[in-house]
Formats: sequence, structure tokens, C-alpha cells
Amino acid sequence: MEQGFNRRRFLLSTAGIAGGLALPGAPLFAQSANKIRVGLMLPYTGTYAALGTAITNGFKLAVEQGGGKLGGREIEYFTVDDESDAAKAPENANKLIKRDNVDVLIGTVHSGVALAMTRVARETKTLLIVPNAGADEITGPLCSPSIFRTSFSAWQPAYAMGQVMAEKKHKNVVTLSWKYSFGEQSVAGFKEAFEKAGGKVVKEMYLPFPNVEFQPYLTEIAALKPDAVFVFFAGGGAVKFVKDYDAAGLKKTIPLYGSGFLTDGTLEAQGDSAEGILTTLHYADGLDIAKDKAFRSAYAMAFKMQPDVYSVQGYDAAQLFAAGLAGVGGDVTKREALIAAMEKATIDSPRGRFTLSKAHNPVQDIYLRKVEAKQNKVISVAAKALADPARGCRM
Amino acid sequence: MDFSTFLIQLLNSFQYGLLLFLVASGLTLIFGIMGIINLAHGSFYMMGAYMAFSLTALSGNLLVAIVVGVALSVLIGFLLEWALFSRLYKRDHLDQVLLTYGLILIFEELRSLLVGDDVHGVPIPELLSASIQLSETLSYPVYRLFMSAVCILLAIVMYWLIRHTRLGMMIRAGSSNREMVQALGINIDLIYRIVFGLGVTLAAFAGMLAAPVSSVYPGMGNQVLIICFVVVVIGGVGSVWGALVAALLIGLADTFGKVIAPDYAGLAVYVLMAAVLLWRPEGIFRRI
Repeated sequence: MEQGFNRRRFLLSTAGIAGGLALPGAPLFAQSANKIRVGLMLPYTGTYAALGTAITNGFKLAVEQGGGKLGGREIEYFTVDDESDAAKAPENANKLIKRDNVDVLIGTVHSGVALAMTRVARETKTLLIVPNAGADEITGPLCSPSIFRTSFSAWQPAYAMGQVMAEKKHKNVVTLSWKYSFGEQSVAGFKEAFEKAGGKVVKEMYLPFPNVEFQPYLTEIAALKPDAVFVFFAGGGAVKFVKDYDAAGLKKTIPLYGSGFLTDGTLEAQGDSAEGILTTLHYADGLDIAKDKAFRSAYAMAFKMQPDVYSVQGYDAAQLFAAGLAGVGGDVTKREALIAAMEKATIDSPRGRFTLSKAHNPVQDIYLRKVEAKQNKVISVAAKALADPARGCRM
Repeated sequence: MDFSTFLIQLLNSFQYGLLLFLVASGLTLIFGIMGIINLAHGSFYMMGAYMAFSLTALSGNLLVAIVVGVALSVLIGFLLEWALFSRLYKRDHLDQVLLTYGLILIFEELRSLLVGDDVHGVPIPELLSASIQLSETLSYPVYRLFMSAVCILLAIVMYWLIRHTRLGMMIRAGSSNREMVQALGINIDLIYRIVFGLGVTLAAFAGMLAAPVSSVYPGMGNQVLIICFVVVVIGGVGSVWGALVAALLIGLADTFGKVIAPDYAGLAVYVLMAAVLLWRPEGIFRRI
């Protein structure tokens, strides 16, 4: 038995090495095409299909506005549908990196998939720009010179909300979220800011992902009678939670706050139950920024639909890459200079100008928004130029 | 936890359990009587929820949506049985798993094409939109109580149908010996078609009833599928009565698991399943 097992393991590992050797290296003809090869690894089917499309549209809009070019070079797209499936992520990323030999990899929405992409990009030293996934690790312990992000870290909006709720003189707060890394990172960010400002988290509650049976927790909240509640939920869960919270009569007595995902892309389904809820995010409706107005009308013209926070992040991914290319005159082989130019860039984003932190995460304003007439209206800047602490990043 | 909170939590678990029963009862019929492992059961639940959403948008009334939706579900159930499932009775479980898994993918894709990938809400009917004040901070939506009442009513009707009607007798006979029932001159194909249609309709009806509180979103069927199988396994395959008891037990385990040991809430249901299976490997109740 022991012998057989070892032999099988040996066979497997040699097969792996042989397979590795068989993979094509950098083919020489790639350079002759003289186009910049952009790999888009995003969800085009499944729950996040709409988000993947928004990011792609945003990216392409920025390229179109540059006359179909980035940094003076023409663009060729290679697309893979990542299906938000983390199990297929390494294979999908390798397809773009090894087979299509892309110069830059753009992706993705789902944090689990993005973490796998980050690992592959680190190993192969591929330039990666993450246009959504907020897992703290990407610009934390997994940070690397070639990995950039144009969205946010889970920590950022939650930390800003901690400050806001402390300013509102809430003393005792209950938190509730799904028990998975993004939810836990959100709660941790919130708690850090809130307790620093003198507040107290009386109870942290989690429910298994993607369970949406909230009633026992609502009963708990009603019994604990905290001053306010902070939650992280998104998508279908966010819709159900906001409606259940309202139906349980809690909204009248115990105000509900959350990271912006609670009310983003869900307001139509949440209806009146969401009215008046305060959330924090790096984008909002009704921003008084000229760039945002121009972006919105150009996007609506080009794609016949309204942009959202995801299209902004895709747009900025292209802007960031363009800034890098501008620094090297479009020569992607000057890798270090390209990265240096990207690091120094100030991105003129629809969300407002931002720069990058040492760990390559946006240093950006986080807005406080209020749900009014099915829009996330900006009220104020909750945190000015907020930088993720990038814990665990050694670079 | 004081006594009034305890009572409210008890109500929560009871209400959750009854809804679980409604979704799982169709599965236990199809699985127990016809011997088909139907992984697409969750998709029927999702189909019901989306029907409630689209038909309510068209007619402006959830009740009308449910009546039309039930009729459509019966039709879809019959059609699927005639076209696909009737070919599966003599095949082994692997073929059934393959077919029904394929159906999950087809239903998801159809949903995406027809309605899109957004999350939608379904309004609660005006008549049932009130809520009852339970404690000074907590109130309970009347619609949830209405759902529980409907589930109880359906449980009684199903019990009566299977135990005390001629059709029920034929169904029970068909589940124990298909060939013999046929030899006695009963049209077993028709019986199976009815059972399958009933199973599909129960799942879709559960989706429609739950739509206003659960909201409607992609992949919602897959979430209920696993817990439905847990209900069927704990209750005993094919036993409607067992499914009811199991669903209520799961409601209790889930609710109080979340309150007492929140860190292990996800485990509570499966610990319960393991305990029941150790005690009674065939489930609490065997057969109908």
C-alpha cells in the first residue's frame, strides 16, 4: 500500500514536471505584432456577469477616448470568462499569460478568483491590474511590484464608516456579516476605527455564507437594543437583509449602516425599505466632479446604459495602464520604468483624483452616501484620501 | 436570553421549518415515490420565485401571479416528465444525476436570458403588509405568519391526499411495486406523471410564496437544494410526515444554533443530521 502510494505520487510529480516543460515559453513572434496585448479575465456569465461587462465597457471607453490606443500603441484584447470560479482561476490566468502572452492582465470581480490570479501573477511576474476584488490580501501580504488595484480594499469603506458612526455619537453597536473573509475584513476595518474613536462593538455576529435566514439575528438585535447596527452584505443577501430589517420594525428605532455594497445595484429591489440608509463607498451618485459628468454622459452614449462603480473601476484600470505606458513611450519591455510611472501616476478618475499607496492600492476619498429616491446620493466626504494600511505587505 | 426572546426565537424556528418543509415535500415525493434523484428541484424553486416576480409585475397582484404560476408549473412538470424523466425510471442514479444537473445549468441560463442577472424584489400584497408588535423594538410581519399558515394547510392536505384518497392509495402502491400495480390495471405512467407534476408544483409554489421575503436572485435555487436533501434524509426518504418533522427540527437547530453558538451555526444542521443517522440510519420515518 505504502509503496504503491509513493510510486503514484512520484509518477504524478514527474508528469507535472514534464507538463511544465511542455508549456510554451514566451513566443518570439509576439513582439512583431506591435500591438499591446491586454488580457481581460472577468466574469461574463453567472451572478457577476453584469459587473464583468461594466468593467470591460469602462476599460474600452478609456481606450476609445485615447483614439483606440494606449500610450500611442494599438490594443489587442484577449478575453477569458472566469465564471467567478476560483477552482478554474489558475488555469484561466495561465491561458492568458502563457498561451496569449499578454502584456497586462486585467481582473477580476470575485475575491477568491482574484487571489488565485494574484498568486499566478506573482509567480510569472505578470503585470496585473485588479479592477474590483477587495480582498485586503491583494495589496497586503500578497503585494508585489507588478500587482495594482484600481478599486478599493475591504478595509477602506468600513474604516470610514467606523469614523462616521463614532461622530454620530453612537456608543454601542452590533455588527452582522457573512462569515467569509471579505465580511470579516469589513467588520475588522469598521471596528478598528469605531473603537479607536471611543465606541464599543457589543456583539459581532456572523452567519454562514450564503445563508439568508436573518430572523434569529434580528430577534437578537431587538433584544440587545444597540444604538446602531453595522452590516456587510451584497447582492441578493443585501436586498433580503434590508427588507427584513425594515419589516421587523427595527429601522425606526435602531439605525442601520453599512459598506456601500449594501445599497449598490440593489436599490430597485429593496424599494422603500432602503430609503434613508447611510453607507460609505469610494463612488456615489450626484458627485460634483466635472470628470464624472463627462464620464457618465460618454458612457451612456457609448453603451446605452448608465455607468456604475464597476465601470469607473474598469475605466481607471485603463487610465492607470495608460499612465504607465506614457512613461515609457509605449515600450512594455521597459518593465521597471513602466511600473515606476504607474506608481507615480495621479489618476483623474470619475470618483475624484487618486494616487496609489506603496502597496498599489488607491489612496482615495470615501464618500458618505444616503439612499434617496433610489439613488446613493453623496452627503459628504467621510474620509479624505484614505490609504489602506497594507498590513503584511513587504515591498 | 429572557423568556419573551426565547418565545420569539421559537416562532422564528417554527416559521423557517415550515417553509423548509414546503420546499422539501416535493423533493421527498419525487425521490421517495419515483426513486429519482432530482438535483433540479432547486431550479423549480427558483423558477417559481421568478414567475412570482414577472407575473406580479404584469398583473400587479401576487395572488393572481400564484394562481397562474401554479397552472404553469403543473404544465411544465407534466412536460418535463413526458419528455425527459419518464425515460429515467429504469436507469441508475448516475444518469439521473447527470440529467438533472444539466437541467440546473439550462434553467440558470434560461433565467439569465429571459429575466437577466439582477436582483429583484416582489411586493407583499397590501392585505398582508401589516406587522404585529411583539416587543418594544421588534415587530413581526403578518406575511410571515400567513406563509406559516399556508404551509400547515398544505401539510394537512398532503397528508389527507396520500393517506385517505384513492389516488393516494395508488401512489403508495406504485412506490412499493410498480409492476404489480400496472398488472392490476392501474395506469402507473399517469400516476407518476401526476406525482412529478405535484413535486414540481410544490417547489415552484414554495418559491412563489417565499419570493416577497426572500427576494429573487440568480442561483437562489442552489441554496435551498442542499438543505432540502438534508430534510429528506433526516425525515426518511419518501415520507411526507417525516419531512415535516425533519424540517421543524432543522428550523430549531438552525435558529438556536445561530443564537447560542454563532461561530458554529453552519454546523448545527449537519450535526443534527449525523446524530439522527446514527440513531436511525433510514431517517426518522421510513416510507409514506
